[in-house]
Amino acid sequence: MSEQKIDGFELKPGFKGMASDTGSDQTMFKGVHWGKAMMWIFLLSDTFVFSCFLISYMKGRGSTIVDWPNTSEVFSLHVGGVPVPLLLIAIMTFVLITSSGTMALAVKYGYEKNRKMCGWLILATAVGGLTFVGMQVFEWSKLIHEGVRPWGNPFGASQFGSFFFMITGFHGFHVSIGVIFLFIYTYKVFAGHYESKKRGWFTKMKGDYVEIEILGLYWHFVDLVWVFIFAFFYLW
Amino acid sequence: MSDEYDNNKSYQAQSSEVLDGSAGSINPDMDYVRPAEIPEQDLYHAHSFIEKWIFCQDAKVIGVQYFLTAVFTGIVGLILSWLMRLQLGFPELAGFMTAEHYYQFVTMHGMIMVVYFLTALFLGGFGNYLIPLMVGARDMVFPYVNMLSFWMFFVAVAVLMASFFVPGGPTGAGWTLYPPQTILEGTPGSGMGILLMLISLSLFVIGFTMGGLNYMITILQARTRGMTLMRMPLTVWGIFTATVLAMLAFPALLVSAIMMTLDKVLQTSFFMPTILKAGEVLEYGGGSPILFQHLFWFFGHPEVYIVALPAFGIVSDLISVHARKNIFGYRMMVWAIVGIGGLSFFVWAHHMYVSGMNPWFGFFFATTTLIIAVPTAMKVYNWILTLWRGNIRINTVMLWCLGFIVTFVNGGITGIFLGNVSVDVPLSDTYFVIAHFHMVMGIAPLMVIMGAVYHWFPLVAGKMLHEGLGKWHFWITFLGAYSIYFPMHYLGFIGVPRRYFEMYDSPYMTSAVGMNEFISIAAFIVGAAQFILVFNIIKTLKTGKKAEQNPWKANSLEWYTSTVPPEHGNFGERLPVVHRWPYDFSVPGAKDDFIPQTTAPSEVAHTEVEKT
Repeated sequence: MSEQKIDGFELKPGFKGMASDTGSDQTMFKGVHWGKAMMWIFLLSDTFVFSCFLISYMKGRGSTIVDWPNTSEVFSLHVGGVPVPLLLIAIMTFVLITSSGTMALAVKYGYEKNRKMCGWLILATAVGGLTFVGMQVFEWSKLIHEGVRPWGNPFGASQFGSFFFMITGFHGFHVSIGVIFLFIYTYKVFAGHYESKKRGWFTKMKGDYVEIEILGLYWHFVDLVWVFIFAFFYLW
Repeated sequence: MSDEYDNNKSYQAQSSEVLDGSAGSINPDMDYVRPAEIPEQDLYHAHSFIEKWIFCQDAKVIGVQYFLTAVFTGIVGLILSWLMRLQLGFPELAGFMTAEHYYQFVTMHGMIMVVYFLTALFLGGFGNYLIPLMVGARDMVFPYVNMLSFWMFFVAVAVLMASFFVPGGPTGAGWTLYPPQTILEGTPGSGMGILLMLISLSLFVIGFTMGGLNYMITILQARTRGMTLMRMPLTVWGIFTATVLAMLAFPALLVSAIMMTLDKVLQTSFFMPTILKAGEVLEYGGGSPILFQHLFWFFGHPEVYIVALPAFGIVSDLISVHARKNIFGYRMMVWAIVGIGGLSFFVWAHHMYVSGMNPWFGFFFATTTLIIAVPTAMKVYNWILTLWRGNIRINTVMLWCLGFIVTFVNGGITGIFLGNVSVDVPLSDTYFVIAHFHMVMGIAPLMVIMGAVYHWFPLVAGKMLHEGLGKWHFWITFLGAYSIYFPMHYLGFIGVPRRYFEMYDSPYMTSAVGMNEFISIAAFIVGAAQFILVFNIIKTLKTGKKAEQNPWKANSLEWYTSTVPPEHGNFGERLPVVHRWPYDFSVPGAKDDFIPQTTAPSEVAHTEVEKT
């Protein structure tokens, strides 16, 4: 990675390289696609959104007057009459992390211009995401069936339901948006829009396989956020 | 003109980077600029009236759309302030107004002015118009998203305005929207009003995020050849840093708005403690109202700088151009902007000294608050040093800039009072606070906006605004604003509380009444004076004199477009190539007193121009 040049601009490694990139004209992140830079900055902003949610959750959980429900009981599934804690959530996490793997492969095949493989892998990611959302719907309906509501629940502090539905709901919303875009991009890849340089429906701009990577960044972020939600909600 | 300075004594730049001015030393490589890294931007040109003026993807049109929408909300905010002043100064004339109305006007005035007027005007208006032009780009990098950003803002404004017409009216909880009272019955607008406010704020954040991504990526990744970060006009630095702040601070507002919406709609208790109402326990319980205050001010304090930093940047450019002198300490100015931006995330709890938080917390936040005065003071010194011995043109633009410096210093000094816990506690929730923040983030940025309007109007419309009307506008506004806010400091010292509908039987009924009348009259005059600008703009558009290209003899790229006003794509066939910063004014030895950013070094090799 040490000897690389972009249009006469020498990319140097390390801190010095960062300083010289920053001090140069035209671009700060050399060779980085606009959309990719945008997605990173959007994700930084979104990180603050989720951080605010999770910090509020910690503060809320720390200052309730009623005890917090015992999460390993609340989040358990009964398999053959035996309660197995965290079973559903383990499967959900597994599915979501796996979909991150297929997404990464889709990006690789996209850059290799392997259109078919790329398309199938995006589709697999979308299906994984959809499965996750489906299981989340199942979990919500199970909890609602057991009497958990945003304004109260039979197990303890009313904030449990409030924070749970709000934060997992907000995350599930992110996943759903991602799934919609994954399906759109599946279509675009299979239809060969990146090869034919067909202009987008709305933006009227030509696409490129870098869009798959941008979508991938979003998808990995959504996974990463899930890991934090998993840790703070289900393991704490 | 007599001058006590010795003109024969030459003040040569001491920098080692001064180009060798001796004749015949022109190096053929000195004009070299790296070739373009980024391919030519693929622009979508409008094909119809709707695409050109309504759902337009050109950042300049979007900027004007933002500007006009923000000015519309600003006029609504102005009218609300008139109504408030009518009640405070002449309650006998305001018989139609109840206390509930008054609280609603206070709330809407605050929210409109801070978020929907100033933020949208600086970032959406000036940001959209100036960023692509100043960094030498053809347009924002994502024009379609940019268009969506404006329309999201438009919807947010529409929802906000709709709250005036719903049953119960708009929310009257104060612009800080502190729970629990915000959503409890008894507070005006605790039904639909607060709900629409929260929805509108959420839409604003979403719309702003789309715009903010555009501003940041355009500045970071779409500059023209030769345009390094340290050659950008300070306007761009101010808007850029403010955008970074907004991208990181608005999430807290979004989250608190979502949580409060749920508290309102679904009876969750994020912010709601156990509440007794007429002896009955409400369904709420166990939540933390202080949490809302932390979230709100984690947004709210950076918000102050989201408004102030673009103003700092713009005023630096205006002062430099109209004093014909390079900005003093450019790098210091840049780092001060960045430093203020960074620090602004660590001072939020100075708005909460009386909230009952741990006093040590207050100690920490008082310290950080006072530290932020250091880079701010550096900026003020640099503006004054830029003016010092400059070739100052006392035109309308310069008057607004000078007005800014004075009002900003005034508001900044009272900020030091309020930053100290022990001084703040007796002054908090008095008119002293009102005077402070109106001076520092109301009047001061407004002065910059006015200066910027007079400065850039020839670029936007191709016509020169009338100078005489502009000076009337300035002097009435400046003197009037002082007449409004200076007495308020005194009212604060004698303890008049803010947000009170009337003074009832308190001693203030007698001691403050004359001053309140005086302030109200001044407020009516200042408000009315703003319509001089509206008249000026309409008159100029109809009969104004045509502006020549670059009427102020400025250096930055927005004045060197292919046409005036600039067309879609900004720079015609070829993008400009930049060789220097935009502040080469009055360079000894140069033909004119300004050297445009596009001038190649070989053309000015005989001058004492600094290498930038």
